[in-house]
Amino acid sequence: MKNATLKKITTLLLAAALMMPVMAMASGGAHLYEAPIDINDKESLRRGAKAFADYCYSCHAASYMRFNRIAKDLEMSEEDVREMMIHTRGKKGDPTKIGELMKVSMTSDYAKNAFGTAVPDLSLTARARGADWVYSYLRSFYVDPYRPTGFNNTVFPDVGMPHVLWSLQGLQEPVYETTMHGDVEVEELKGFESVQAGTLSRVEYDMFLGDLTNFMVYLAEPVQVERRSLGWKVLLFLVVFFGFAYALKKEYWKDVH
Amino acid sequence: MDKLIGWIDDRFPLTKMWNEHLAEYYTPKNFNFWYFFGSLALLVLVIQIVSGIFLTMHYKPDGATAFASVEYIMRDVPYGWLIRYIHSTGATAFFVVVYLHMLRGLLYGSYKQPRELIWLFGMFIYLALMAEAFMGYLLPWGQMSYWGAQVIISLFGAIPVIGDDLTLWIRGDFVIGDATLNRFFALHVIALPFVLVFLVIAHIIALHEVGSNNPDGVEIKKNKDPETHIPLDGIPFHPYYTVKDIVGVVVFLFFFSIVLFYFPDGGGYLLEHANFIASDPLKTPEHIAPVWYFTPFYAILRAVPDKLMGVGAMFAAIALLFFMPWIDRCKVKSVRYRSGIYKANLAMFVISFVVLGWLAMQPATPTLTLMSQLFSFFYFAFFVVLFVTSKNESTKPVPDRVTS
Repeated sequence: MKNATLKKITTLLLAAALMMPVMAMASGGAHLYEAPIDINDKESLRRGAKAFADYCYSCHAASYMRFNRIAKDLEMSEEDVREMMIHTRGKKGDPTKIGELMKVSMTSDYAKNAFGTAVPDLSLTARARGADWVYSYLRSFYVDPYRPTGFNNTVFPDVGMPHVLWSLQGLQEPVYETTMHGDVEVEELKGFESVQAGTLSRVEYDMFLGDLTNFMVYLAEPVQVERRSLGWKVLLFLVVFFGFAYALKKEYWKDVH
Repeated sequence: MDKLIGWIDDRFPLTKMWNEHLAEYYTPKNFNFWYFFGSLALLVLVIQIVSGIFLTMHYKPDGATAFASVEYIMRDVPYGWLIRYIHSTGATAFFVVVYLHMLRGLLYGSYKQPRELIWLFGMFIYLALMAEAFMGYLLPWGQMSYWGAQVIISLFGAIPVIGDDLTLWIRGDFVIGDATLNRFFALHVIALPFVLVFLVIAHIIALHEVGSNNPDGVEIKKNKDPETHIPLDGIPFHPYYTVKDIVGVVVFLFFFSIVLFYFPDGGGYLLEHANFIASDPLKTPEHIAPVWYFTPFYAILRAVPDKLMGVGAMFAAIALLFFMPWIDRCKVKSVRYRSGIYKANLAMFVISFVVLGWLAMQPATPTLTLMSQLFSFFYFAFFVVLFVTSKNESTKPVPDRVTS
């Protein structure tokens, strides 16, 4: 009897707590494609690192990350990473060291002149924007003759960045569909139409972006694989410890009731 | 060993304190689930202090390097990521256990005579904890750190006459900057932890002076063994509750570890997405929401159209809790023996608190603002209804001894 109220309150609290994330998700933003992420796929991460080195890094920095961390986590030799990523020299003319941070030489003043804005650091982009955003953004460049770069983006309208992957993806135009919402005409993006083929097929390009996004997810939190693998060991220890703690409590409390 | 303890006892009340606070501190034997959260709060305090000490060894309280130093801890310091996640998860855990601990107080009337001071010390702990959490949240120096602090500090600007000067004094600059970061760091790692520890000691000394309440709200000191003068329903805190609390600690650590190792950013609710972007005074994030533990009060603030009135309502929402021992005039302590009105009133209060917390995390729309106003009304109605109905409440008979 006396516990009925408590149970009710507890149930209500739990129900409210469980509902919160569901309701929060319901108020989302623009539609994004789901990025195919597998952080344990080292092959994919290595392909992604190559894509990052070839197309992103050197305009974009990843200045919280060190080159040799990539070598260690992605099971590559430091020589391979140097070959792939390091093409710069220090002030004295000696090659950039493998243990250094992934900075770039482009100054923000230069970037502002060239692109109208500073080039963002990519170390944490996948954590700040989400993997799906990164994946969708790189998929959604389209031809727009009114933009200085000749390209625009449906995920990031009027973005300053040129479509550096255009030779891979080819050129595309957005397809809109007009629907009536009551009295208001609403233009909705239905997809893209290829205008000129790139060197990769559509499927190959999506896989390329998948690998790149995967790498950027890794880059945003390099420790995540280790974190999860330490996690279950700690949980397992606590389960075992619980057995002992509970038995101890039972033993002591025998004489109370 | 006995000789050593004897030597110490001649010079320091070691055995006396051990007995007074543990081995001969008689505790009601009918503590239930809700009574784990006091010792858990103490555990989290220790976790925060220890993990915090290690973080300060690598963190740099400097506007130019703070953000990078956090990433340095996350990437380059051995197990720095673990310490950092322990500290950030610990902040959330602290509020979870403190809110449940406070709800326990409301359920069983633990704030009532003779425990008013315990409640007041506790409320001051809660206040200090909010200040501690707020200042700690600035330190990672991300976008949400910066703009969240901007919003909260600007609230003081609503105070007439002195408002603008006050905000200037708090920030130490015309905008949030290096000066603000430095003073918040000082307050977060030195001043407020001192205040917290002092208040926690006062809270526990006051508790051990009058003795613990229990789910029946019965004073166990009224029924003592005539010969030993030990409460008949009391058991020594040590070993009974120490071994029981260890079980609670393990269960708590299990859930704590699930968040720590598998959801350290809590889907953007514990570490907000925008806080992975370095602070930028020129770019306002699209949607500024405080961390979850402040949201009920933030919802009350937003519900009131006038800024000064809103700030007043928000502070009143916290201030009223201080007066619980005098707002509630019912002599019966435990919810078990109180009227249906009280139960419904308390349930509504808890629901309002949770719903308000959710509302503040959503972008404001007319419907949601209306809901915020409605639930803010329910929040304050709790105190009014309680004050009016508690004096002549139709309660059930309270047993002489604890049940079960």
